[in-house]
Amino acid sequence: MSRSPVLTFTDRGIYCPSGDFHIDPWRPVDRALITHGHSDHARWGHRRYLSTEAAAPVIRHRLGEIDLRTIAYGERRTIGGVTVSFHPAGHVPGSAQIRVEEAGEVWVVSGDYKVAEDGLSEPFEPVACHAFISECTFGLPVFRWTPQAQIAADLNHWWAANAAEGRTSVIGAYSLGKAQRIMAAVDPSIGPILTHGAVEATTVVMRNQGIALPPTTHVTPSFDAKGHPGALVIAPPSALGTPWANRFGPAAEAFASGWMALRGVRRRRGLARGFVMSDHADWDGLNEAIRATGAERVFVTHGYTSVFRRWLESQGYDAGIVETEYEGEEAAEPEPLVE
Amino acid sequence: MKRFASLFEALDRTTKTTAKVAALTEYFTTAPEEDRLWTIALLSGRRPKRAVNSTELREWASEAAGLPLWLFEEAYPVVGDLSETITLILPPPQHESDRSLATWIGTLIALTGQPAEARKSAIFAAWDQLTTEERFLFNKLITGGFRMGVSQGLMTRALARATGIEETTLAHRLMGDWKPSSTTYAALIGENDPEADASKPYPFALASPLEAEAETLGAPADWLAEWKWDGIRGQLINRPSAFALWSRGEELITDRFPELAPLADFLPQGTVIDAEVLAWGQDTPLPFAALQKRIGRLVVPKKLLTEAPAHLLAYDLLEDAGEDLRSAPLAHRRARLEAIIGALPPGLPLSASPALSFDSWEALAEQRLTARERNSEGLMLKRLSSSYHVGRKRGDWWKWKLDPYTVDAVMLYAQSGSGRRATLFTDFTFGIWDGDQLVPFTKAYSGLTDAEFRKITDWVKKHTLERFGPVRRVPPELVFELAFEGIQASPRHKSGIALRFPRMLRWRQDKPVAEIDTIDNLRALLAASGGQPPHPRDI
Repeated sequence: MSRSPVLTFTDRGIYCPSGDFHIDPWRPVDRALITHGHSDHARWGHRRYLSTEAAAPVIRHRLGEIDLRTIAYGERRTIGGVTVSFHPAGHVPGSAQIRVEEAGEVWVVSGDYKVAEDGLSEPFEPVACHAFISECTFGLPVFRWTPQAQIAADLNHWWAANAAEGRTSVIGAYSLGKAQRIMAAVDPSIGPILTHGAVEATTVVMRNQGIALPPTTHVTPSFDAKGHPGALVIAPPSALGTPWANRFGPAAEAFASGWMALRGVRRRRGLARGFVMSDHADWDGLNEAIRATGAERVFVTHGYTSVFRRWLESQGYDAGIVETEYEGEEAAEPEPLVE
Repeated sequence: MKRFASLFEALDRTTKTTAKVAALTEYFTTAPEEDRLWTIALLSGRRPKRAVNSTELREWASEAAGLPLWLFEEAYPVVGDLSETITLILPPPQHESDRSLATWIGTLIALTGQPAEARKSAIFAAWDQLTTEERFLFNKLITGGFRMGVSQGLMTRALARATGIEETTLAHRLMGDWKPSSTTYAALIGENDPEADASKPYPFALASPLEAEAETLGAPADWLAEWKWDGIRGQLINRPSAFALWSRGEELITDRFPELAPLADFLPQGTVIDAEVLAWGQDTPLPFAALQKRIGRLVVPKKLLTEAPAHLLAYDLLEDAGEDLRSAPLAHRRARLEAIIGALPPGLPLSASPALSFDSWEALAEQRLTARERNSEGLMLKRLSSSYHVGRKRGDWWKWKLDPYTVDAVMLYAQSGSGRRATLFTDFTFGIWDGDQLVPFTKAYSGLTDAEFRKITDWVKKHTLERFGPVRRVPPELVFELAFEGIQASPRHKSGIALRFPRMLRWRQDKPVAEIDTIDNLRALLAASGGQPPHPRDI
């Protein structure tokens, strides 16, 4: 007799029947286990939340008064009939994969992850399992990232060249994760680092929890924006091209995202410069991570799911697709460019 | 190739004209001459003969990447560019190379006609010694369609700076059908021998669309108004050693219009005329559709010569008795043109495009409304004091076209775009009512904003009924107003009609599908515009 699977897929998200909890649900539920603080994973309206200690400050900052308990990486906790534990996903500081074990059968939900170290997030840790639920945002073989050191060198070169020409460098980056990754990667001796409010708020939260980040200056309405030539301005992508971003005088704009690997995407956004910098696994990273789990069953979600599933099947995996709220099929470059 | 790759990178990373010209000037000053020659060729739309076809490229790239072909095919529409897809999917190179652009092109030229195995191993070897940026350009050399965000005008300006030769002189030297494989940089750019120059056309003067009111142009007496004919813009050259007809695309089309040959015997030597090639009725032009049958025909069947004889309507005189007349005022050039044509014996296929007489802009606007019945697209306005300028220069020459026709139609199929629009659905097939059926009748792929395309893309994804490769069938719900310039009968289309230059004017979110146009509306328009009524498709 076959028993019910450890995790099932419902219209609220991934659900564990024996533990009676959801993972990253998109509709209000009683108990939610949260992989990380990005808004498509940590949503408002659940009765109880559980996240890693490192992810909690940002989640609290974003969701306000919620019932949030925390768990350390690797700590095992029993919920109903299952044992859960959280393991580093390398996506952003505090991000986790969630391991669920029931009667010796182990399932792992990857959340968002990347295999390469970014110098800021807890490095990705492969977790052996029978079934692995993997994101595949960049699940096509045209996505291959350059090493972090090379990206940092390119960023510094761009910033220094702009500064030498008396221009401000304005870079679009998600305010949680990517923005801080840029701060940590660049050489602060080139000039001051200025931040948009959304970026500054998250940065302050992370700094307060002990993450080492260089000094930043918040660009407030009264701020003398033209008085800092040669500065690096970090702002959310949505601020690029707006009056907010145009206040710094002569400036060069760029965007840091995995999507910048595609020339067409960069040109569509009218950007002269794009830095290929992603917090998701690239093609090789996805394959490497899946292989390392030793899983025979793989479910894919978020991204080029149908293509990636077919690829995994051709590699001998028993592969399926988890539909999420917004995607009936593969999402080709979502708008805004969500990562 | 490294130098060419850094030129490309510099051009690609800026939208500023000054920065682009600076990068090109630097390149034209420092690159080896063979590379300069090839760069000029590429930027003026010339490319090496294709050594590898697209199917071979896809198969070889997936083989080199160790990936199945289907996976390559899935990635291609996401990237939206074949050369870029190959560049991204290949493993990093194991070797290095500092061969020049010209050498690589030489390799490609030598490969044409070789057996597949030889071409394949040469391409594999090339991929394995080029960096990502170089690979992209190398692939572009094979696939063609080289676009670097640099117009020929911009390139000419940079070349002028690098060489110290005047821009208009250079523009003239770069005209014609020279081939980088059979000339040199010095021969192309330097003082030319007159023999090689004999059949070379002058750069065409172009007009800008008139956006302001005509009244803003000043006194009507300062202007020449003439019909904007709907044919092929051409330049007729009659010099002692050459009789040539060039199209605006710098294609030599002399032999396609044999009925023009007698002009060589009657026009004075050293005459160059800017004119429109038209299919000619009794004494008026036939609709463009008649001329279209002759385009692309290298040998013209007798029947077509009688049905659609070619005729030139002359606009301008660029060379008079061997003298370059382009800097003389238009009034003078026109007078000389009319004198030359007036001296010709009757019955030749050349006449002056008539100048319209008008004493107010209002009166001219009235005449403009009759353009369609004359098979014209509208009016041309040229300042009588203007010179014959090179390329597009605002101020002296304006095209004042008629408003387009419009039709309301519903989207039936959607396909993703390419390049900049690779991840958006931008190419749509539209239908209109034929009784109670929707019949597909045209495609269009431009006219909306990126924001609208994004919204529609979202909708298409959620409403796909069927997929045929890159094409999605969707429910007939989204209504669009389409604009087009003309209509003609077409037995090749299910609807029996074909539109000229269809594009989306606006997304009619307010209009229900029940209220879109019918095929009968278009048939009536076709009949009214002088076209043949379409036959029902009979098998």
